[in-house]
Amino acid sequence: MPVGKVWVYAEAEEGQATSVTTELLTKAREVGETVEAVASVADADALATQVGEFGATKLYAVDPGDALSGVVGGAALVQLVEEHQPDLVLFAQSYDGRDALSRLSARLDRPVLTNGNSVDVDGDTVKVGTAIFGGNTIVEATFDGPKPYLAAIRPKSFAAEPSGGGAAEVVKVEGVDAGRAGEAKVLERHVEEREGPKLEDAEVVVSGGRGLGGAEHYEPLVEELAKLLKGASGASRAIVDAGWVPYAKQVGQTGKTVKPKVYIAIGISGATQHMVGMKGSDNIIAINKDGEAPIFGVADLGVVGDAHKVVPKLIEALKAKG
Amino acid sequence: MNIAVCVKQIPDPAVPGELDSETKTLKREGKLILDDSDAYGVEMALQLADKAGGGDVTLVSMVPNDEVSGLRTALAMGAAKAVLVSDPALAGSDSLGTAKVIAKAVERVGDIDLVLTATESTDGYTGTIPGQVAELLGWPALTFAKHVEVGDGKVSIQRQTEAGFDEVEASLPAVVSVTAGVVEPRYPSFKGIMAAKNKPVDQVKADDLGLGADQVGWTGARQQIVSVAAAPEREAGEKIEDEGDAHERIVAFLEQLKVV
Repeated sequence: MPVGKVWVYAEAEEGQATSVTTELLTKAREVGETVEAVASVADADALATQVGEFGATKLYAVDPGDALSGVVGGAALVQLVEEHQPDLVLFAQSYDGRDALSRLSARLDRPVLTNGNSVDVDGDTVKVGTAIFGGNTIVEATFDGPKPYLAAIRPKSFAAEPSGGGAAEVVKVEGVDAGRAGEAKVLERHVEEREGPKLEDAEVVVSGGRGLGGAEHYEPLVEELAKLLKGASGASRAIVDAGWVPYAKQVGQTGKTVKPKVYIAIGISGATQHMVGMKGSDNIIAINKDGEAPIFGVADLGVVGDAHKVVPKLIEALKAKG
Repeated sequence: MNIAVCVKQIPDPAVPGELDSETKTLKREGKLILDDSDAYGVEMALQLADKAGGGDVTLVSMVPNDEVSGLRTALAMGAAKAVLVSDPALAGSDSLGTAKVIAKAVERVGDIDLVLTATESTDGYTGTIPGQVAELLGWPALTFAKHVEVGDGKVSIQRQTEAGFDEVEASLPAVVSVTAGVVEPRYPSFKGIMAAKNKPVDQVKADDLGLGADQVGWTGARQQIVSVAAAPEREAGEKIEDEGDAHERIVAFLEQLKVV
């Protein structure tokens, strides 16, 4: 039996609904009778068409202006929840999703279940599953206490399927007061040029770890191979912590979840922290000097060898093929 | 400038984690260490206080037992003092319960200009506490910072985004969460380690902060763990030693998958 009203906190990037937004809407249709979206975006009309395609009938939209999008979104939700009383609100485990969720949770005094990989509903019981210990154990938890239930879901947890619905009706939300939090201003946006696909959407992901030996080897080995395979480059937590590459590249428990067709791990030992973010890949290739590294336990093709010898030859061979 | 840094003492992540069979939460009985993620906040705080020409760096932390060894590590790095909310009543606290404790502890320290946190802990990783703490304090939160500057009563950060980064600014007091790798945490010196032993740790109970049993711990969490199950295993495939030609096998595999 589905719950009554499920809301999805929708996000957009470069004018497009994020893929996790469409994944959440697809799940919301399965578990809820009414599916609506809430977003903090400048262009609500463009987003309304997209969330409508995935089943949202309404889009409550607030324009954040130059304030932080998630902060304004969270404040708008406080207002909207009171008025419309949804049963369940789904957020992406994203930067802005967490900003909105944390504000809402504290204001409404509601607990959150986070890092979800599954959502199941039975009557009034909503169950959120989370993979822990590097993905070898699944823990399911339910909410106690008053609604709305608030959950954050990791990207790539569900497949997105359009519903064939028309554009959602846009309901503008006015008079949102985020208090002092709303005073935080975005002064400037820097878009770093990205060659190739986004990490989460790429068919091929090439990630590097500590075994690269130094930050200077990331570009010629990892990025170069990713570029040749028209994929995206990622990283283990160890080299993000070491400051070799930015946090946005981190694959794993405290980073991103990826499920590409091919995942290539170079010099990554396979700590549980990393495994939870890439174990769902269709095919895994691992290159590591240490034959006992745990990464080989999940690799479809494991190469015990020196990345500095194997990868340059691999790059040459791929270039030769054209 | 006075800075509070939220730090967490966690079970050593290098040791495989285990769930308590009764409570179904992470076992935290053994020795706890300073979460690596928090070392960046501590380092950042020390650098910012230094640049501002002074002020105290105070650690804020909570545990269900009396553990202080992780705190001593951060004190040895150079933090001046700590508030440790140490109470069995905190066992089972969720992120909102934790945020309530942290916010009250920050108020207890008093006269704080900036609260620094990691983006998420290594063992719980909800990533919601910075925003929850800020909301409870009524302060702005600038999250996912990869660069932080403070001056003229303001804090400005470079905030990590999917496309690059945003320059974001807010007036103080504020909460800032920093991503890993933004600064290089110093190693505690021998002198620092010795000095840390005598630095003040203000140990308080939830009750001292005015938090009742209904707001923290199991009751406050308002959630039930209903099942714990093994995930389907992934089988290992072929494993080869590189004899100088392993790249050919990789190319063949990629061809088979029609990636090249």
